Amino acid sequence: MDPYLRVEDLRVSFNTTDGVVRAVDGLSFSVERGRTLGVVGESGSGKSVTSLAILGLHDPRRATVTGGITVGGRQLIGRPESEVRRLRGRDAAMIFQDPLSALHPYYPVGRQIAEAYRVHHRGAGRAETRRRVIELLDRVGIPQPGRRYDQYPHEFSGGMRQRVMIAMALVNDPDLLIADEPTTALDVTVQAQILELLADLQAESGTAIVLITHDLGVVSQVADEVLVMYAGRAVEQGTVEQVLLRPQHPYTWGLLSSVPSLRGDAEADLRPIPGNPPSLIDVPAGCAFHPRCRYAEHTAGRCGTELPELRAAGTAGHRVACHLRTEERARRYAEDVARVGVAR
Amino acid sequence: MARFLLRRALSAVLTLFAVSVLTFLMFFALPRDPVSGMCPKNCDPERLERVRQELGLRDPLVTQYAGYLKGIVTGRDLGGAQGGRCDAPCLGWSYVNNEAVTDTLARVLPVTLSIVIPAAILWLLLGVGLGLVSALRRGTWLDRAAIGFSLAGASFQLYFVGAVLLLVFVYTLRWLPVPAYTPLSTDPWRWASGLVLAWVSLAFLFSAIYARLFRAQLLETLSEDFVRTARAKGLPRSRVYGRHALRAAITPVVTVAGLDVGAALGGTVITETTFGIQGLGRTAVEAVRDGDLPTIMATVLVAAVFVVLANLLVDLLYAVIDPRVRFG
Ligand SMILES: Nc1ncnc2c1ncn2[C@@H]1O[C@H](COP(=O)(O)OP(=O)(O)OP(=O)(O)O)[C@@H](O)[C@H]1O
Ligand code: SF4
Ligand SMILES: [Mg+2]
Repeated sequence: MDPYLRVEDLRVSFNTTDGVVRAVDGLSFSVERGRTLGVVGESGSGKSVTSLAILGLHDPRRATVTGGITVGGRQLIGRPESEVRRLRGRDAAMIFQDPLSALHPYYPVGRQIAEAYRVHHRGAGRAETRRRVIELLDRVGIPQPGRRYDQYPHEFSGGMRQRVMIAMALVNDPDLLIADEPTTALDVTVQAQILELLADLQAESGTAIVLITHDLGVVSQVADEVLVMYAGRAVEQGTVEQVLLRPQHPYTWGLLSSVPSLRGDAEADLRPIPGNPPSLIDVPAGCAFHPRCRYAEHTAGRCGTELPELRAAGTAGHRVACHLRTEERARRYAEDVARVGVAR
Repeated sequence: MARFLLRRALSAVLTLFAVSVLTFLMFFALPRDPVSGMCPKNCDPERLERVRQELGLRDPLVTQYAGYLKGIVTGRDLGGAQGGRCDAPCLGWSYVNNEAVTDTLARVLPVTLSIVIPAAILWLLLGVGLGLVSALRRGTWLDRAAIGFSLAGASFQLYFVGAVLLLVFVYTLRWLPVPAYTPLSTDPWRWASGLVLAWVSLAFLFSAIYARLFRAQLLETLSEDFVRTARAKGLPRSRVYGRHALRAAITPVVTVAGLDVGAALGGTVITETTFGIQGLGRTAVEAVRDGDLPTIMATVLVAAVFVVLANLLVDLLYAVIDPRVRFG
């Protein structure tokens, strides 16, 4: 089956007064119907920029977007805004991180969802639209949807607001759902409820989901595949089992060792990756991770000069962008696991 | 909502009360004796003293203030020298104009309203329109032209703009009559043609501020998350701007407009002077010049009423625009 979403060699750069920001630099991935891709990476790695690019939401005056984005067989880059617009919210919908700022403070939530429905259902009457919106509010687990319809975003709790966002995204039965950190603003219990809701909805309708997060715990719960991003590039790709249980990239090792829930002993201290993500105006030559990588010295200087390509590694479908040789990597990783206890 | 209204109305009344007390005190702090001002030389001191007593100037301050308030609420008897019975709202008698102050106000207030209200409508439409165009077409020549226009508006003085307009349209082209006030009910055409230059010059100056304010506000709103959401829904640009961005960006404009209009209604001194029209502003300035205390007091109070009402209106509009205010 052809993947519903296919991103090929996506590049997004912004012209700023400080220089050109290369926020996404040659990114490729695809998602099939009914599957969930988890996109992880530290803050500033280009996750949100990627998701906005998929819906064509970047301001053409500020951003340059090149490469290929195919949604349901239609290539979007280079297509006129008026055509891309018809796809937004209908074929591909988006859930944003902070539902309080993402919802309009001045309109009742029901009307905001109704608006999303009617723009793609020109013939829909008032009563039909209202019925549809209330049905959706009910489906995402909002009690008393008829009454809640006329309330404003500030009258909802954080979790309920995110349900409103989800209802809005689902009102047109999209085939692709992009969720950019949908649970970051919520507490753990509510977060679990929202993730469960997304999984249920996906099971019902076979939606393809791109779930952006910096929380590997979330990924392990709901994703089928994982894409690890660093400085606007993919550094590792594979199934959840491959990436989380048999990670191949030193950056992924670092991410994993800083997640307590994924480790044997929750008591051990967190080991965040030392150093900071690089400036995207002046990305380090070679492997962008090399200034922070403990293994850079084992590749005879290639890390600082030569860009590592994504190559097959480990089991089928698993890909990694790192100069370490496979045997070398296995040995280093085993040592690391023994020392810090990454993985279970 | 009802409680919100009540609270606001109460604070408005308190503000007016405070203003009236302050003005009244200032009235007495003025070193000038209103009575000797009325007759500069050769006045019989005994007669002057009689007048002072008749005016109540020898009474304790509190009694005088109470009398003034009573006049406003129920009306009072001012004595033969001051036109006798003065009905509520009685604001006293002006020896300078030789009439009840309320009569003066009844004459000049419609003039100021006729200047300010059409001008405000004009400057809001112009300001918001220009701001909208330059925000939507930012970086283009249209944007630069709109900014240039508003910079010009912000850097000119009203009497200069007014003088140029007078010179061109009244004295050279003769398209317009010499500015004058005709009541709207008498002749709408003469009302408008006599005031249009005042409207245009006020609008030119004020719209400059509004254009820049609205442009900045709109650009800021366009980067808000909810605008991104609106676009992600697949809404056409017109709806994203018209429904989602505009409504949020207009809020601060409403505030500034309310305060500006409120202040302008208290008197547009320079406009009235430039075009030789007798409104509240000129009346107030002349009253100060002549030491006409009842008139000063009344014009200050009227200006305060307008400012307070404008604030109240702004609060109400806010509550209508932003549901968070209503419930907060
Ligand atoms: N409009 C823009 N103009 C200039 N730079 C931008 C713009 N949008 C994003 N960037 C830059 O692109 C980089 C990637 O940003 P992005 O928002 O995609 O990060 P992210 O991975 O989503 O991070 P987070 O986890 O914090 O959400 C950042 O360095 C950011 O500063
Ligand atoms: S390529 Fe080099 S610097 Fe980059 S992750 Fe691999 S070992 Fe580290
Ligand atoms: Mg982000």
